[in-house]
Amino acid sequence: MLLTRTGLVLLALVVAGFLALFVGLRFALLFLVGVGFGLTLEGLRFGFAGPWKALVTRRDGRGVMAQLLAIGLTAAVALPLLAAAPGELMGAHAPVGAAMIAGAFVFGTCMQIVMGCGSGTLVNAGSGNALGALALLFFIVGSFLGTLHLAWWTDLASLPVLTLPGLLGAEGALAATLAGLAAVAVVVGLRAEKGARLPQGRLFLAAGLLAGLAVLNLVVAGQPWGIVYGLGLWGAKVATAAGADLSQTAFWAAPGNAERLVSSILTDVTSLTNLGLVAGAFIAARWRRSMDAPPARPAARLVGGIVVAALVMGYASRLAFGCNVGAFFSGIATGSLHGWAWFAAAFAGSILGVRILAWLQAAPRPAAGLEPAR
Amino acid sequence: MPQRRTVGLALIAAIALLVALDVGASRPLDPFRAPAPAALGSGAAPSGAHCAAAPG
Repeated sequence: MLLTRTGLVLLALVVAGFLALFVGLRFALLFLVGVGFGLTLEGLRFGFAGPWKALVTRRDGRGVMAQLLAIGLTAAVALPLLAAAPGELMGAHAPVGAAMIAGAFVFGTCMQIVMGCGSGTLVNAGSGNALGALALLFFIVGSFLGTLHLAWWTDLASLPVLTLPGLLGAEGALAATLAGLAAVAVVVGLRAEKGARLPQGRLFLAAGLLAGLAVLNLVVAGQPWGIVYGLGLWGAKVATAAGADLSQTAFWAAPGNAERLVSSILTDVTSLTNLGLVAGAFIAARWRRSMDAPPARPAARLVGGIVVAALVMGYASRLAFGCNVGAFFSGIATGSLHGWAWFAAAFAGSILGVRILAWLQAAPRPAAGLEPAR
Repeated sequence: MPQRRTVGLALIAAIALLVALDVGASRPLDPFRAPAPAALGSGAAPSGAHCAAAPG
């Protein structure tokens, strides 16, 4: 086992070395940041969809408290950094709009059905979960399809981009963000059962590590941690290779996105952290020996539901200007009001998703030998 | 019935294949034109390729 652990870690370092030599040091660092995300999320079992479900169904608020802590720690460093270097760093800032809110609601619903959010789907897939891998495939397709219609959806009804630093200044933004997170923590504490309010030690550790990695992501990449952009780009790459001409679409004709399309994904920030995240989750799963567990047999209705939900989740994540990472985690941590709107809408959608999942899991017939995701 | 290890390895192999094909089809990699190791302190603006970025 030690050899396996050492071998896998060394392999990740070899990949990083390759990236440093043949692509650039920044890209190697971002891959390693992604590996860190994967190790932390899978190794310490830190998630987003699961804790929301736990709060709704079991009145267990520990995971959500850990999320709030991670976001608060990130904001405490990220907001001053953004104020100090506005020309070099950017926040996850997006407009609040009708499609954005609807997209977040649908994303929240679907992430409960898929049993994994943006990062969770990558972690599930990387840790060898067959349903997670299947969900990732359709999540990529949905993310790409969402880019094709994003401009139309955004034009329906949308406010200008509103940020707390823009409204309150840097210090006011940090104070308001921390106060907002504290207020949510109070609500979670009131909802949670006694004994299920404070996170366990591993979740405290995970929150600290995630915050450190998120700040590192911002410092190295110049932009916050994200997931969905990279997945949509992968879909666009495959579509282009299959002969599609994306130069006529508003999204992929935009200079920045067109540049990404002709450049290697090894130079794309979110692609690299996504690749690292999958690798880190694989290493952590091997490390914890969780890959040795025998796979279960899910019902056919559940498999079908996950496929459809993953596709819709990918599409909705584009309308919502991000997933639980790009919009919720990074949006709130960098002072975007759309992050708070995303949180409220996605949580409401999540309550619906929990009920739909329960119905899907009640299906009697087993299916094609795929195990349920976490 | 696929084992977790098999699924994980197959996924990583599929991603590696995607990356390899993409490297072959994309603009050649040039480490000598790579950006500074860290954006902070580089003086350069970020790429903006993020999920929260506006569509156009």
